[in-house]
Amino acid sequence: MAGIPHDHYEPKSGFEKWLHNRLPVVSLLYDTLMIPTPRNLNWWWIWGIVLAFCLVLQIATGIVLAMHYTPHVDLAFASVEHIMRDVNGGYMLRYMHANGATLFFLAVYIHIFRGLFYGSYKSPREVTWIVGMLIYLAMMATGFLGYVLPWGQMSFWGATVITGLFGAIPFIGPDLQTWLLGGPAVDNATLNRFFSLHYLLPFVIAALVVVHIWAFHTTGNNNPTGVEVRRGSKAEAEKDTLPFWPYFVIKDLVGLAIVLTVFFAVVTYMPNYFGEPDNYIEANPLKTPTHIVPEWYYLPFYAILRAFTSDVWVVQIAGVLTGGIIDAKFFGVLAMFGSIFVMALVPWLDTSSVRSGRYRPMFRWWFYLLVIDFVVLMWCGSQPAEPPYSTISLIGAAYWFAYFLVILPILGVIEKPQTPPATIEDDFNAHYGAGETPAE
Amino acid sequence: MMRKFAITLASALMLATPSVASETGHIEDVAFPWEGPFGSFDQFQLQRGLQVFTEVCSACHGLRYVPFRELGDEGGVGLPVEQVRAYAAQFDIYDPELDDTRPGIPSDHFPTSALDNAPDLSLMAKARKGFSGPYGLGINQFLRGIGGPEYIVAILTSYTGEEKEEAGTTLYGNSAFPGGWIAMPPPLEDGLVTYDPEHANDLHHEAMDVAAFLTWASEPKMMARKHVGFVGVGFLIILSALLYLTNKRIWAPYKGRKITAKKA
Repeated sequence: MAGIPHDHYEPKSGFEKWLHNRLPVVSLLYDTLMIPTPRNLNWWWIWGIVLAFCLVLQIATGIVLAMHYTPHVDLAFASVEHIMRDVNGGYMLRYMHANGATLFFLAVYIHIFRGLFYGSYKSPREVTWIVGMLIYLAMMATGFLGYVLPWGQMSFWGATVITGLFGAIPFIGPDLQTWLLGGPAVDNATLNRFFSLHYLLPFVIAALVVVHIWAFHTTGNNNPTGVEVRRGSKAEAEKDTLPFWPYFVIKDLVGLAIVLTVFFAVVTYMPNYFGEPDNYIEANPLKTPTHIVPEWYYLPFYAILRAFTSDVWVVQIAGVLTGGIIDAKFFGVLAMFGSIFVMALVPWLDTSSVRSGRYRPMFRWWFYLLVIDFVVLMWCGSQPAEPPYSTISLIGAAYWFAYFLVILPILGVIEKPQTPPATIEDDFNAHYGAGETPAE
Repeated sequence: MMRKFAITLASALMLATPSVASETGHIEDVAFPWEGPFGSFDQFQLQRGLQVFTEVCSACHGLRYVPFRELGDEGGVGLPVEQVRAYAAQFDIYDPELDDTRPGIPSDHFPTSALDNAPDLSLMAKARKGFSGPYGLGINQFLRGIGGPEYIVAILTSYTGEEKEEAGTTLYGNSAFPGGWIAMPPPLEDGLVTYDPEHANDLHHEAMDVAAFLTWASEPKMMARKHVGFVGVGFLIILSALLYLTNKRIWAPYKGRKITAKKA
């Protein structure tokens, strides 16, 4: 692997050499685990491990749940109750899987915002960022497909609304929607294919995670200063870094253990807190719930989707310019996917020469406002689509786009950033004092 | 921090936001014995609730996901095996192999609803929420629980005494029901069910008892789950502490000040 100079695995015994010449798997594991990692990583860097854990947890619990679940419209809801009541530990499996999705998304949002603050997306880490966005999209799809499986009221009506988004695409929309559903409406064919895809996508995510890790192991981790590790020589690099094992593995495990303590308390003491009571009512195609609300982790984007109604001037202009092809519904769909697309483009939209938000006095406040914007949008998404929520959603959506498309490009030009420390070593020593190099 | 933020946000919006709570009725919080991390079901309350369900609710409502055998489970209603058998036997259950009905056995489920428009009650305590505010932020749910059992108590005790006819159906005024009118006639009244051994059987107590029973019916493994939680959270706290100390030890040589302190 290119990048930061460090020790490599040397096969010693006869067997090690024999294996190494045929399959350098030990070498791969060694280099992955011993990667030089900036010593000054702070606690915001633990969420990658939490995410890796979530993926394993979801796959492990999901595989067992699939052994007891029946993907049929007449039997799905009852089979979930069978898991809750008759399967040994089934209630724990299901509650861990359902709340595991919540932890997964909580972790991914913190992970994404950490990247946005410390400029982790900037050159040379654009590919890591793009792959990360693909993982996030795949997670959204997986979460949505999985939420349909219990076949409760929100499952059914959520599926109806979300697949309806594809129906809003001009010309091909209705046919596309029918093709996705496997019929004119959400029904048994839909449930079966959603189950199949819900089982498939996590393995796609796992593969993307490997690419994600591969990418940032090539460039090296970013760090809170945004200053690159010195690569002139191994001795120089070692002043800025420590090997991933044991220093960061143990540190990450501390974070993971604390996060899991809270997670486990939620699973066992308030497992339905993040759920929607309506989903304990079996799906009924003839009865629409009063409010169709997606899971909390989709709410900010759901708010953006609903913000652009036909009385908003940008929607009207888009309608006139395209001769009515882009109506309010399709505009909302474009805005929702666009809000993630602009985030994926951020490596090229941020023009600042300084990577980390720590040394960008103006950027910092716009970033905090973006975090608040995200929370406010989340809250708007949970409320009915009527004033004042629709107005707040529109302002929130406008800020989201403005942050990426206007504020970041301009800030890089007008902002006077502070000077980051010359090296990671300087930053680390400023915090912890210049200790003597330990005798190993 | 999150709460403080939410409260600030809520109060900031208070001036601008009209009330959204009007569509659902008023739900009072009830102190149930299973609430909190260490709360547990009151076995005798569940048995009284079973009696209310059997004598009153079951005339119309089903409990299709609940097998009779669960009545014997520990940490729940906890009936002795003989009583579970006797209880099951009073129901006529359709057996597809006989193509006829026969007396129920413990492995059978409770019957489904006898009336088409009477919802099944197996999951009712989880399928409704009593609290959601303020401003949809869910803080009340965090503090007081989601409020399904409280919703059931409120429905049973909030009849106003008014009636009206609508398209041939009689509707009854109920201040807890969304919209204020419910098709279910008032099912409970003071002293309707006589408990043995004797216990308070006013309307509110009957409603609380049956709400407790339905909570158990929707979540029969709650006691086991909380026990797992106690052990698991305890284990994870110890693990966190040990990992924290390990981490501190590993990093000590690199966090200069500590080395200097030791050497001095």
